[in-house]
Amino acid sequence: MAGTPKPGGQDLRLEDVTKRFGTFVAVDNLSLTIPSGSFFALLGPSGCGKTTTLRMVAGLEEPTEGVIWIGDEDVTHTKPYKRPVNTVFQNYALFPHLDIFENIAFGLRRRGSKSVKGEVEAALELVELSGMARRKPAQLSGGQQQRVALARAIVNRPAVLLLDEPLGALDLKLRRQMQIELKRIQTEVGLTFIHVTHDQEEAMTMADTIAVMNAGQVEQMGSPGELYEAPNTTFVANFLGQSNLVRASVSGTDGDHLVLDLHGEKLSMPASRRTSGTDDLLIGIRPEKIQLAPAGEPGSSRDRNVLPGGVVSDASFTGVSTQYLVRMPWGQELMVFVQNLGTGGVLRPGTQVDLHWNPEHTFALDGSGDVNAGVERIEGSPVGVG
Amino acid sequence: MSAAIGAGELQVEEQRPKGSPEDSARAVGRRRATPYLLLLPGMAWLIVFFVLPMLTLLGTSTQTRPPGAEIGVYEQTFRFANYPEAINEYLAVFARSFGYALIATVAALVISYPLAYAIAFKAGRWKNLLLVAVVAPFFVSFLLRTIAWKQILADEGWVVSALKALHILGPQDHIINSAPAVVIGITYNFLPFMILPIYASIERVDSRIMEAAADLYANVFTAMRRVMFPLSLPGVVAGTLLTFIPAAGDYVNAFLLGNRNTTMIGNVIDSRFLVVVDYPTAAVLSVTLMAAILFLVFFYIRRAGTEELV
Repeated sequence: MAGTPKPGGQDLRLEDVTKRFGTFVAVDNLSLTIPSGSFFALLGPSGCGKTTTLRMVAGLEEPTEGVIWIGDEDVTHTKPYKRPVNTVFQNYALFPHLDIFENIAFGLRRRGSKSVKGEVEAALELVELSGMARRKPAQLSGGQQQRVALARAIVNRPAVLLLDEPLGALDLKLRRQMQIELKRIQTEVGLTFIHVTHDQEEAMTMADTIAVMNAGQVEQMGSPGELYEAPNTTFVANFLGQSNLVRASVSGTDGDHLVLDLHGEKLSMPASRRTSGTDDLLIGIRPEKIQLAPAGEPGSSRDRNVLPGGVVSDASFTGVSTQYLVRMPWGQELMVFVQNLGTGGVLRPGTQVDLHWNPEHTFALDGSGDVNAGVERIEGSPVGVG
Repeated sequence: MSAAIGAGELQVEEQRPKGSPEDSARAVGRRRATPYLLLLPGMAWLIVFFVLPMLTLLGTSTQTRPPGAEIGVYEQTFRFANYPEAINEYLAVFARSFGYALIATVAALVISYPLAYAIAFKAGRWKNLLLVAVVAPFFVSFLLRTIAWKQILADEGWVVSALKALHILGPQDHIINSAPAVVIGITYNFLPFMILPIYASIERVDSRIMEAAADLYANVFTAMRRVMFPLSLPGVVAGTLLTFIPAAGDYVNAFLLGNRNTTMIGNVIDSRFLVVVDYPTAAVLSVTLMAAILFLVFFYIRRAGTEELV
């Protein structure tokens, strides 16, 4: 293939990239390095600048400031058709007048590939659409169109493959299936994938590294596990999964543990999990990490942190788990997810309970953070350009 | 249509429990008759104002003037030799008419396509204003606009002066009363009929498709040729037809902007009917023009293959 980058893709580097539309700052002094061969997700709510970032990498927008590198090449002002980058567009943007074969062959033909037929057939096989070559896009289902869009991009073996909310138009079941599929394809072809999404589950399922974006900046970057277990900001804590955030202050240390004062209760957590220097903290616990025990009864030996005095105010059984809201003596309602292990029934609203959890599962954020930052709106709400 | 039928069915469903079987049978009968009733006014109009005049025209085309009859008196003799005679006599004029119409159509397409593209995708908040500007000439009479071109292209006008100053035209050259003036006039007059359908077609194309083309290594020209143009083909076909058909039959531009050697078939028909009072020849030429245009359009549409397009 003409101008083919070396297999495995190339590193993508953004250096102090800023994009302003008039007075609106869409991307604010963003620096990122995305290593070659990784599956990288840009995750954030709509309007956070993730799609703008992607479009700058694709060459469809020009940065106001900053430099974009692919490998050793500065592509900041390179025209999109000269970049070793291909995009899977949000609404696929397939060419309606061309059949599936010609859609996939489009990029190869532009670059004068000598083996169009073989490569297109291989790409069709990769996305499991071999029999569809002569159909028009309008004759395919949404999921199939999505695969064509993917094949059309992958067949060019770009240094970087960009996916802009690629699964947004699919229904939930198909989305799950395509998540696994995309991950398989990425492993198979070994290209650098950059995936823009507002769906935290999608990002966590597929990506090795996630950058959570908010207001044009990266809030936190890391593996899905790191981000989930040790968020640095209230935004990340709320945007990835759900968190209980409770105000507390540091009252002392006990070896490598901090002693916390949380509304009068003594709690502990590993000092290493503290991300803020201040003594005024927001303590976070994921709902599934908390165990409920009837008031006064001891919990498991690991779960040394105990908050007594809770009253179940709401219980909803979802099959896999029961989701409780527990009203605490200081008026806050905490979320608790109890896995359905088949032992014990659902606790009725009004039941007095104590909350137990392992100190290792506590994280601490700067107390000045906004408790409601990144709280997700109703799932499936319409999403604009991020 | 489907909505109307749906509503009809709904009504029938509601009536059935109450009414007798005859009632519902009558309702079904009424439902079947409805489309024909709706077609009636349109059909009547077409019969009175299109089919009958066409038959009259066809009839006139084979009439002859009885020996010794007064001017303008003809009788039906089914003389089909009228056709080869008139066509032979005016073959050059036919060729010229189609030639001018073709050049004007191509010129209008070349001007309209980029303009329509710019209005659809690049105009931003000026879009509506530009569309109004495209249509605005219709507020002035066709004749007045063509007469205005007489002045624009006149020897003492600024266009000719400018071209002379640039030595594109020699000191003795003219534009007015020439073939180029006629083609310019036709191009100008039918421009909106080209721009609007093309605009409508281009505007429907998702702009991201052009981004996708750019993303897939197509530069602007390739993207236009391989993606935008094929997708806007229905508009191009409509626009070229809307320009070519009236242009081929036009006589105003040749009359006002041309000379004796730029006569178009429309001028001949006009003078045969109204000046020479030679109805059969005028009718022959009209029928021939219509048949020729239908023939050309048929093959053009078959070639363009619009039904293939989305």
